[in-house]
Amino acid sequence: MPEKKIRVLIAKPGLDGHDRGAKIIARALRDAGMEVIYTGLRQTPEMIATAAIQEDVDVIGLSILSGAHNTICPQLMKLLHAKGMDDVTVLVGGIIPGADIPGLKQAGIAEIFLPGTSTQDIINFIHQRHASAPTA
Amino acid sequence: MSDKLRTDDSKAIAPSTAVTDTPSRGDSAATARNPSAAEVNWEKTTLKQTLAKNPERQQTFTTISGHPIRRLYTEADLPNWDATRDLGLPGEPPYTRGIHSTMHRGRLWTMRQFAGFGTAEDTNQRFRYLLEQGQTGLSTAFDLPTLMGYDSDHPLSEGEVGKCGVAISSLADMEVLFDQIPLAKVTTSMTINSPAAVIWAMYLAVAEKQGADWKTLSGTLQNDILKEYIAQKEYIYPPEPSMRLVIDTLEFGAKHTPKFNPISVSGYHIREAGSTAVQELAFTLRDGLEYVEWGMRRGMEVDDFVPQLSFFFNAHSDFFEEIAKYRAARRIWHKAMVERYGAKNPRTWALRFHTQTAGCSLTAQQPYNNVVRTAIQALAAVLGGTQSLHTNSLDEAWALPTEFAATLALRTQQVIAHETGVTNTVDPLGGSYFVESLTNELERGAWDYIAKIDALGGMVSAIERSYPQREIAEASYRYQMEVDRREKIIVGVNDYVSEERPLDILQIDETVAKRQAARLSKLRVERSQDEVTRRINFLREAAKSTANLMPHIYEAVKSYATLGEICEALRDVFGTYEEVAIT
Repeated sequence: MPEKKIRVLIAKPGLDGHDRGAKIIARALRDAGMEVIYTGLRQTPEMIATAAIQEDVDVIGLSILSGAHNTICPQLMKLLHAKGMDDVTVLVGGIIPGADIPGLKQAGIAEIFLPGTSTQDIINFIHQRHASAPTA
Repeated sequence: MSDKLRTDDSKAIAPSTAVTDTPSRGDSAATARNPSAAEVNWEKTTLKQTLAKNPERQQTFTTISGHPIRRLYTEADLPNWDATRDLGLPGEPPYTRGIHSTMHRGRLWTMRQFAGFGTAEDTNQRFRYLLEQGQTGLSTAFDLPTLMGYDSDHPLSEGEVGKCGVAISSLADMEVLFDQIPLAKVTTSMTINSPAAVIWAMYLAVAEKQGADWKTLSGTLQNDILKEYIAQKEYIYPPEPSMRLVIDTLEFGAKHTPKFNPISVSGYHIREAGSTAVQELAFTLRDGLEYVEWGMRRGMEVDDFVPQLSFFFNAHSDFFEEIAKYRAARRIWHKAMVERYGAKNPRTWALRFHTQTAGCSLTAQQPYNNVVRTAIQALAAVLGGTQSLHTNSLDEAWALPTEFAATLALRTQQVIAHETGVTNTVDPLGGSYFVESLTNELERGAWDYIAKIDALGGMVSAIERSYPQREIAEASYRYQMEVDRREKIIVGVNDYVSEERPLDILQIDETVAKRQAARLSKLRVERSQDEVTRRINFLREAAKSTANLMPHIYEAVKSYATLGEICEALRDVFGTYEEVAIT
């Protein structure tokens, strides 16, 4: 039986429309053999959590450049917890000041990828994390 | 794959194999290259000997956009080039050398630093500081709720108030923003798009309160909704009613504010979204043509309103490609105005533009390197004949700039203006085999794209089919892969990496949102609610008709109806837009 593909939801929360990064990551992960769903723009934490359940994803990748990460990330983590989705890996990519990183990790964000990260580093991180992912 | 992606794929237009950026292009452009005997001889002797001993560093050399560049440019690269026709003289068609006969000898470009953060008070202080430092024009950055037409106390504004720009929810905020700044004397640019008509109405109301004559007001509204659908994605309404709002402002401006540019057709964001230089050039100019055509359909004469259109380009790091881009832009615009629309007014022919250095080229790593990048990009803009310029601050890959960083960015322009000597002569690169050849190639590439978009039925139609969006996404991905494979080097990111100390950056705290919410509550109590309701109802009714909405928006603003209330009324009538997400 073939190995189940890692399923990833790429989401763009908040009001910002700068989606260059989100689109590049979505395509790079797809080219790396993952199943990628891109939410499109202006998703609330509720919409992201709902999409994550519906699509039964292993990973959520949030692209945030606007400075709203300290509001959005804890809200999303709380919702995922309430929906029993604690095993989903949540990643953040974007402009995140160093001082905010410990707080985000404490809230349950698995990793934060800053500007300049190569797509291969993100692919490697996901593969390592889901090397032992259950197969279908 | 999600439904969204499937839906989109079914509509897909196959991405062109990059109009100008395929490696085959440069050498085999329009006509076969016919080198002189001397050049042929040089290749056989001097060059051959060198290559035998020292091969070149790479097989091919390309611009940052992937455009192939030859080893050497000579007269053989300009076979049908006619200096009188293609270059001309400054201040005359086709404006390749610049739109003024003396260019920066006569008047330097306007040094216009984009600024805005926190509350109106915070930004008013930064504005006054920048003017004291010798800045010659203002440029306003609004926060995301303002850009999306939400008041600061709207639930969707949570976490975003004052973060990416200044929070403006009503005329009361606008009065504070321009407090003690004489709008009759300072030129002001406002980067606002979907709610542009509302913010402009607020600006005009402040000017009126200051006693300034609208006829003397000078400045620029970005108001370019097409590039929002294409690139930056801060849209509210569907394309048709959005275009109507833009044309309403053009019509209003032509009548009431002859010195104000009601639109700045922007390639900047297209480039930031990952486009090539040719795509930036082509999509921006085609957007410009779209506004011209909609304006003419409204019944305006091309020579009456087009002189008020201005442009806004990016200054990226590939020095000569950028200079060629600005020169090509002027030549294309002149040609389009004359040939497509029969324009007779030289002010219609001459493309004026603002430039901002490329935010997307700034690196979070080794941020002081950004000062160097910005200086080189700014130099390209100046050599390309810009009318105004924003230089980015070194810390902008992390946050909005600190006062220190913003000052250094302004000083960068002042050094170029006063110390380098590049302003001493007009278009110093004119006649360069390389620059003229590259200018021709960019122009040709842009016309190819313009023809494709014409064939799709114009830009609105092309946008609805995701054509420009897809072209940009392709280019953006291609470049990222080149960076990841280290075929393109970014100093401090994929090479020359070193340890560093974190920067001190500007932090916007949540008290901004609280202060804004308090001010809005107070406003809602103090204003006449009856008058607000009346004005909003008039606006809603007008929106259902074909009336020009500017006068109605102006009256609503003056009643202290909020930005959110006005945009909501228009949402009721126009609906909202959701794009087909492509990846």
